[in-house]
Amino acid sequence: MGSLNIENVKKAFGPVEVLKGINLEVTDGEFVVFVGPSGCGKSTLLRVIAGLEDSTSGRVVIDGADVSATPPAKRGIAMVFQTYALYPHLTVKNNMGLGLRQAGTPAAEIDRRIGIASSMLSLEPYLSRRPAELSGGQRQRVAIGRAVVREPKLFLFDEPLSNLDAALRVNTRLEIAQLHRRLKATMIYVTHDQVEAMTLADKIVVLNAGKIEQIGGPMELYNSPANEFVAGFIGSPKMNFVDGGRLGETAKTIGVRPEHLTVDAKSGAWKGTVVHAEHLGADTNVYLDCEKAGLITVRIFGVYNAEPGATLYATPDPAKTYRFGADGKVLK
Amino acid sequence: MSTATRSLPRTIGAHAILLTYTAIALFPVVIVIVNSFKSRAAIFGAPLTPPTPKTFDLIGYTTVIGQGDFIHYFQNSLVVTVASLFFVLLFGAMAAFALSEYRFRGNSLMGLYLALGIMIPIRLATVAILQLMVASGLVNTLTALILVYTAQGLPLAVFILSEFMKQVSDDLKNAGRIDGLSEYTIFFRLVLPLVRPSMATVAVFTMIPIWNDLWFPLILAPSEETKTVTLGAQLFLGQFVTNWNAILAALSLAIMPVLILYVIFSRQLIRGITSGAVK
Repeated sequence: MGSLNIENVKKAFGPVEVLKGINLEVTDGEFVVFVGPSGCGKSTLLRVIAGLEDSTSGRVVIDGADVSATPPAKRGIAMVFQTYALYPHLTVKNNMGLGLRQAGTPAAEIDRRIGIASSMLSLEPYLSRRPAELSGGQRQRVAIGRAVVREPKLFLFDEPLSNLDAALRVNTRLEIAQLHRRLKATMIYVTHDQVEAMTLADKIVVLNAGKIEQIGGPMELYNSPANEFVAGFIGSPKMNFVDGGRLGETAKTIGVRPEHLTVDAKSGAWKGTVVHAEHLGADTNVYLDCEKAGLITVRIFGVYNAEPGATLYATPDPAKTYRFGADGKVLK
Repeated sequence: MSTATRSLPRTIGAHAILLTYTAIALFPVVIVIVNSFKSRAAIFGAPLTPPTPKTFDLIGYTTVIGQGDFIHYFQNSLVVTVASLFFVLLFGAMAAFALSEYRFRGNSLMGLYLALGIMIPIRLATVAILQLMVASGLVNTLTALILVYTAQGLPLAVFILSEFMKQVSDDLKNAGRIDGLSEYTIFFRLVLPLVRPSMATVAVFTMIPIWNDLWFPLILAPSEETKTVTLGAQLFLGQFVTNWNAILAALSLAIMPVLILYVIFSRQLIRGITSGAVK
């Protein structure tokens, strides 16, 4: 239980078309991440799935049933919001139980489920507190608990980690991954952070300007991006794009990831001047202004001393170089 | 002691200005209250001096309580004010919620229409209102006043509250929808508590003109049964002789209920005025 089909969903706000025909299939138990830049329509798509927005056309099918005209509470979904969206006047326990009480679940059953969820998320000590008395991380765990308690067919996460600080984000990310493994539930997760997408997803859906650019596993997107957009979006630092003409290539654009470039002080394919070096300890990012290739980023593993102004040669790994046509699609 | 953000001359300057303003603002009120405790001769002889044992006189208060049916007038004023306030807040908040929450055709036009009353004084329509009340048999009833004041208070309430309701987190309302709460529950249980400070602001701005109004009670409900305090105080204002003791006493008494309501709302009010400025 917990499959989702989206069939040609379109959404327009007045004349602005936000979703331009989305088709997607999610099988039971999958962890799917929608990723894309701000304004790409990923949150809108999630809202359409949740029933918080009506699609202009198209169908949303959950578990084989068309829910396009079903109110959110009856769709068998649970949602976790970026701003936690806890009810400020209710205790943690009542926050988690409200949806079930609203649906007329017996009190004993509600207590049982809250017990399970709160032990899973180590929330037991806080059950009688109000959201104002909790830290950000605890609040987000309560919000996740509120979703777990409903035992939904579909979990929807709308950028749940964006309001947390960096350390908490990693912890909570881990908790969400463990939660998915334990519950074996279908989860749909929206984020603009490609690290979250890569670490959590079974399947990543890359969206741009209301269209799906590519669907695939994290490594599939990393190793064989379908087009320039996906290639640039997945991977950090960003892939270097070099004008093919300047390199004497037939392709419109040549792409090389920073980690697939090697540098040498004496010889190499592209001669350049060091503009800036970022020392991160485990690796070093060097920005090179190359005569042929323009400004590129090179990621060197370990410590590498490069003074700004020094001359370096960068050489791309030919096996890991991508060639893009004029339409942005990858050339085979 | 000097700190980075404060300097002594500036602090003194700021306090001097604020104290002067406070003194100017409070002066008439204090004069009214002080003189209400004095004899008639003392009011005119030395209006600015506080009552001494010689000039102290409760004649004003005894006249007010003894002569007019003042308790009853107070009751009328309170009923009108509280009922109008209730309806203004209820309907104002509901309209504001609809305007801020739902996308529908003509939303902004509707918002403009509802706020138009801020710019057009309701008194311009006095004749029409009187005709309406006569036709519907509501003259000399408190209902007439409540209806008029509700209409008078709504535009500002809708305008202010819809701005505040736009700030209430969409996520929270959506969480409620996913949990199966009805739109009414979302409105009453989630949104209203969060806009409470702005409700208090609206309440104060609505309440004071209603309590102090003389115009509509005089025109729509001048009967003995439906007189409000402000209208009742006119009893002592004669064409040739004016009973100043009684008027000052009546006004002093009339300040009390507004003051009490204000104190109730003021804690909320300060948060309402400053919210948004400090998050």
